[in-house]
Amino acid sequence: VLTPPVRTCTHKCVGEENWVDSRTIYIGHKEPPPGTEAFIQQRFPDNRIVSSKYTFWNFIPKNMFEQFRRVANFYFLIIFLVQLIIDTPTSPITSGLPLFFVITVTAIKQGYEDWLRHKADNSVNQCPVHVVQHGKVVRKQSRKLRVGDVVLVKEDETFPCDLILLSTSRDDGTCYVTTASLDGESSHKTYYAVQDTKAHSTEEEVDSIHATIECEQPQPDLYKFVGRINIYMDNEAVARPLGSENLLLRGATLKNTEFIYAVAIYTGMETKMALNYQSKSQKRSAVEKSMNSYLVVYLCILISKALINTALKYVWQADPNRDEPWYNDRTETERQRHIVSLAFTDFLAFMVLFNYIIPVSMYVTVEMQKFLGSYFIMWDDEIFDEELGERAVVNTSDLNEELGQVEYVFTDKTGTLTENNMEFIECCVDGHVYVPHAICNGQLMPGAAGMDMIDTSPGPEVHEELFFRALCLCHTVQVKEEETVDGIKHGIHQGKSTSFYISSSPDEVALVEGMKRLGFTYLRLKDSHMEILNREDEIERFELLEVLTFDSVRRRMSVIVRATGELYLFCKGADSSIFPRIISGKVDQVKARVEHNAVEGLRTLCVAYRPLTPEQYQEVCHLLNGAKLALQDRDKRLAEAYDIIEKDLILLGATAVEDRLQEKAADTIESLHKAGMKVWVLTGDKMETAAATCYASKLFHRNTQILELTTKRTEEQSLHDVLFDLSRTVLRQHGNMTRDTFSGFSGDCTDYGLIIDGATLSAVMRPTQEDSNSGNYKEIFLEICRNCSAVLCCRMAPLQKAQIVKLIKTSEEHPITLAVGDGANDVSMILEAHVGIGIMGKEGRQAVRNSDYAIPKFKHLKKMLLVHGHYYYIRISELVQYFFYKNVCFIFPQFLYQFFCGFSQQPLYDTAYLTLYNISFTSLPILLYSLIEQHINMDILKKDPSLYRDIAKNSLLRWPIFIYWTVLGVYDAIVMFFGAYFLFDNTTFTSNGQMFGNWTFGTLVFTVLVFTVTFKLALDTHYWTWINHFVIWGSLIFFVVFSLLWGGIIWPFLNYQRMYYVFMQMLSSGPAWLSIILLITASLLPDVVKKVICRAMWPTTTERIQVSLLSLHQSLMVSLRSSVSSIQFQFNFICIAPIHNRSYLRTLFK
Amino acid sequence: MATSYNAKEEDGHHSGASSHGAAGVVKSKKPDNTAFKQQRLPAWQPILTAGTVLPAFFVIGLIFIPIGIGLYVSSNNIKEFEIDYTGVDISNPCYSCAKNFSWNSTTPCVCSMNFTLEQPFESNVFMYYGLSNFYQNHRRYVKSRDDSQLNGDQSALKNPSKECEPYRTSDGLPIAPCGAIANSLFNDTLELYHIDSNNTRNTIPLVKKGIAWWTDKHVKFRNPGFIKLNKHLCTNKPVNWRKPVYELDPSDPDNNGFINEDFIVWMRTAALPTFRKLYRIIQKKSNTTPTLPSGKYVLEITYNYPVLSFDGRKRMILSTISWMGGKNPFLGIAYITVGSICFFLGVVLLIIHHKYDTRSNSADIPN
Repeated sequence: VLTPPVRTCTHKCVGEENWVDSRTIYIGHKEPPPGTEAFIQQRFPDNRIVSSKYTFWNFIPKNMFEQFRRVANFYFLIIFLVQLIIDTPTSPITSGLPLFFVITVTAIKQGYEDWLRHKADNSVNQCPVHVVQHGKVVRKQSRKLRVGDVVLVKEDETFPCDLILLSTSRDDGTCYVTTASLDGESSHKTYYAVQDTKAHSTEEEVDSIHATIECEQPQPDLYKFVGRINIYMDNEAVARPLGSENLLLRGATLKNTEFIYAVAIYTGMETKMALNYQSKSQKRSAVEKSMNSYLVVYLCILISKALINTALKYVWQADPNRDEPWYNDRTETERQRHIVSLAFTDFLAFMVLFNYIIPVSMYVTVEMQKFLGSYFIMWDDEIFDEELGERAVVNTSDLNEELGQVEYVFTDKTGTLTENNMEFIECCVDGHVYVPHAICNGQLMPGAAGMDMIDTSPGPEVHEELFFRALCLCHTVQVKEEETVDGIKHGIHQGKSTSFYISSSPDEVALVEGMKRLGFTYLRLKDSHMEILNREDEIERFELLEVLTFDSVRRRMSVIVRATGELYLFCKGADSSIFPRIISGKVDQVKARVEHNAVEGLRTLCVAYRPLTPEQYQEVCHLLNGAKLALQDRDKRLAEAYDIIEKDLILLGATAVEDRLQEKAADTIESLHKAGMKVWVLTGDKMETAAATCYASKLFHRNTQILELTTKRTEEQSLHDVLFDLSRTVLRQHGNMTRDTFSGFSGDCTDYGLIIDGATLSAVMRPTQEDSNSGNYKEIFLEICRNCSAVLCCRMAPLQKAQIVKLIKTSEEHPITLAVGDGANDVSMILEAHVGIGIMGKEGRQAVRNSDYAIPKFKHLKKMLLVHGHYYYIRISELVQYFFYKNVCFIFPQFLYQFFCGFSQQPLYDTAYLTLYNISFTSLPILLYSLIEQHINMDILKKDPSLYRDIAKNSLLRWPIFIYWTVLGVYDAIVMFFGAYFLFDNTTFTSNGQMFGNWTFGTLVFTVLVFTVTFKLALDTHYWTWINHFVIWGSLIFFVVFSLLWGGIIWPFLNYQRMYYVFMQMLSSGPAWLSIILLITASLLPDVVKKVICRAMWPTTTERIQVSLLSLHQSLMVSLRSSVSSIQFQFNFICIAPIHNRSYLRTLFK
Repeated sequence: MATSYNAKEEDGHHSGASSHGAAGVVKSKKPDNTAFKQQRLPAWQPILTAGTVLPAFFVIGLIFIPIGIGLYVSSNNIKEFEIDYTGVDISNPCYSCAKNFSWNSTTPCVCSMNFTLEQPFESNVFMYYGLSNFYQNHRRYVKSRDDSQLNGDQSALKNPSKECEPYRTSDGLPIAPCGAIANSLFNDTLELYHIDSNNTRNTIPLVKKGIAWWTDKHVKFRNPGFIKLNKHLCTNKPVNWRKPVYELDPSDPDNNGFINEDFIVWMRTAALPTFRKLYRIIQKKSNTTPTLPSGKYVLEITYNYPVLSFDGRKRMILSTISWMGGKNPFLGIAYITVGSICFFLGVVLLIIHHKYDTRSNSADIPN
């Protein structure tokens, strides 16, 4: 039953104080009757949705501005402008063209996307809606909808804006809505019409409603809304509270309800859907960070090169005969310029000449690699769940490689490690255990007195009856009749039953269903009466007076019901939140049973009740109404009210519900452990339950020594002592074993598991008063954690989960963290961790929407990290290193050439080569490599998680490796340049005695360069598909064909013809061929030798496995050759090594 | 129970069943099971190990060393003679010419250098002039030309490119050919005489055609079409030239103007500050007599080109050519070096392979 109407006394009512952030809506634009206080008329936006970023006119300037805000683009713009302004060695085209290309492609892509958005906006804004005007239904375009309009929405239509439900076609004023497009939940949710208006179910009646709505200004939280409706009847205002259950959100769809009338309160860009468009803060990966630091190094190299050359130039030019020999005069204007401005120009010119060392194309390639590469996750067959029909979702592609770098995994328990598929196990009333028959079969229940349906021993009949009724009444479960629900059914109907229960909480369904099996069937909620079919097949009716809904702080819920004149408050909740409020009942027995069950890994709840006198009930009503009508701090006031109401309880008993482990959860956790990751379980569950799950999922092993840091212990000793105790234990052990946790992983030494609870954690985290210890606690705690292979944090509030993640994230090693969760309570940690993964569980889509990646099941994490993460990391690290390497090779010869051309900034290569080197000659092979390289087989990566340790701690992008690549680049550059130098030095190069010029010299170096750099990549490629062959050889052929064409024609648009026939003339000379071959060989030699020797002498695990695979392959071939005569088959085997053979290989392995 | 519960309540709705997607969605969401999408394309997976690389090293060694030896030998068989005629030393016959050089002198200064060839030059002999410390690759110099003017473009003839500054105009008239490169055209005349046994000077015929790239001569460089290159062209000669471009070789219209081969050769800027350029070719006359028999020779130089001001040197080089070009021992030595290194590395790898590979093979096979 509903709250009695509260008479509004003007604005002195509840929650009116300093309330400015509110709006007032006149339903149907009808002014409130005179006498009520005058509201200030506000202006609201129309219902136009603008998701597009640009208009036709501002596209170019706005898009340019946004693009050049990126540092890299800005850098290239500066270089381009410098080239335009000063007299530079290379034409502005060389940097202008790539930049133009990149900018244009990005602009076209963004423009296209925006055009699509415009189109979508238009179709949304112009779609017709039905509006009630003067008692008639009028069609309007959606964008013309105004706040205060009364809208008619029919079945399967989408709500055009945020609406307050006034009335529906159903008598009880409810309607069903699916919010699939908003949060992905396809389940039907029930919304309620305002009680006083629900009878107005025709347009005339609706038009007669005279009311105003006061509500908060729009805010993005989809699930929060507070407001108040004032209904004027006979000049008397009646105020009613409005909550999110009255608010229909734009984007949601009306289901199973013929029509509804509702009034618009938030329109256009103020709707909650539009407010939720805001993008999340960007996460950056470790690879990106190292890339940026490399960039800084290269920028320094670039600047120092330019400085050195400028300085040397002026030293060299000190002799006027060198500066201006008779054959090479300056122009008059140049002579008159001041030396400082000359030197500065020279410096800029050198910068321009060497600027290609930081290529535009690297950014483009990295972006493309990430974007395209992320498709492999979505496409993965193995990360697809048949049951859910879901595949992996990639919300951001920026973090692909971070998946290969994870050191800490924070996982939620319920729904992530476990199925979140609850099954009722038993209940206990005053120490007597009841087990539903179906479950107890074949199971030994040590505490259970009887194996039958009901404990037969004489118990307190009253409590028993009350207990079962309490469980039947104290919930928010709804009953769905078979015919009203289409498609989306939850299978709890067992054979004959035609209806089934649905609820937001699986626990509740399990409980109600368990009661059904114990003989008490909850039938329905009808006219505010809950109907129960008891064991004698009689229907009992209880009037539902109040529901004190669940929240995570109270951790309990209550209902107040009236049965045959008597008033009861039934309360159920977590033991910790019930026991302190108990005044009588068999607390000890129940407590013992609860703990016993918790150790078994069951989820327990306690049930209690409190009889209410009518006077008490009046008081309760008053308290609740006061809180509900508050517009500000409503939640806080409600919580206070609940706190007052839920006290002096009498304990009835406890329930136990089982939540099964997810399929392969233990296997996944073991793999993650082997891969060197530390797995932490963060749960709101109680310690015993969580610990049991941890044992079941092999997070803790039998020989794991458990360290407890819980309230129980800190009650005995001070926190300080406990912490020091633990750290001493851990460190003593630690001193004995090797410091290196990565290589020193071994099974025989004791590994520790830590259990900490929320209360203790907040004590540890709290900046204490005695400042001497404040920092210490955290440090000691971290030190303990670092030495534990598994940590369990129980009794965590959502925010605490994020706190833990942050604590680890910001500790001195800055480890990479990953958070997995499925519920809204995991969102904070998902957002906090480096990588956030959402599980598409049963608790809605909040986690999925906020995550970076979403997977259907916990077990898919294994492939995500061990295979995809590993590959992406290998790929992108090679991409980054290779890009810097090839540009060192490219630019360093040009630097060396300055020493031989009087530091005059003469470019070594032709403009076309300078421009196209990074764009086309060497771009595709590395892009392809970074998309499909597999240094080792996928199945082996999955089978042997320890391979993951090989790439831990960003190992392929460490400084020594970066320096190796750079040195290799410099070496190659020196070989190429001086090789060509000695060949050209004062000698003839052709068989007809003719001489070559400087452009041939550059072309020779460039040819060697392109081939060397491409072959280097070919040597690094471990996975040669036909695409690799096509792209690698194709790009070399393209280079040759382009060079032939570029030199083969007098290009009319060019004002120089320096490359005319240069390439052909070079190829026509024998020594040129020989020297190209020689120089390529000499350039590649050291890298090959380094690789081979490192592999032979200091192999990594990965390399060992590669080799053993290969040798196995060979021995297999020998045996094949002897047994199988078919040459064709052998050929296939050697050249293609098809996948099916590989699985055969694997079986041989063992 | 609390965890799941609180999640839901934050969701806040009296929601329906936690249900699975409809059947229709399942079909469409299932990823395609193609080899590419599942990253299971058939592939060749080579690994660089000591075992696989070994043969390659030996093969490279075995191929490179003979090539190197061949190159070295053929380079050594090439005859080359070089003489510096700059005139730095007082003892040098060209000393006075070098010292008294003046741009304005009207009478050319001629000097003669005597030299002896110890060995006969058998095949065609190529005569080069070499300059040292001359920065033809200086940026200001390299770009100071107008390729369209040289290609016979009328408008470029009258209005040369800005790049030619300060050698673009003189006395208000455009310079043809414009630019620093053309302006500094090498204009020494070299003549070669053989002094036979009875002390008579025999002129050795020097062929001045075929010294430039064919494509340069026939495509890239062209005289401005219908107007003959003459005085009525309204252009000026480059400031440092003694005669205008249309008088470079008045005897042969096919070698005059922009398509003069000496000019074309000069216009191909050298890569390094010490360079040589092909000057003339001495054709082999018959199979019986060597092109240049051993003995005494005189090089007569019309000394027009000053290099002392920038500390440059001028040389005359006579060289025979093989299939691999002129004398250059570097390529052969480099081949031998790289080949030997490969061979040596092959041996080292063989040892490593023997010592380590068996170990890594037997151990650490993943379980």
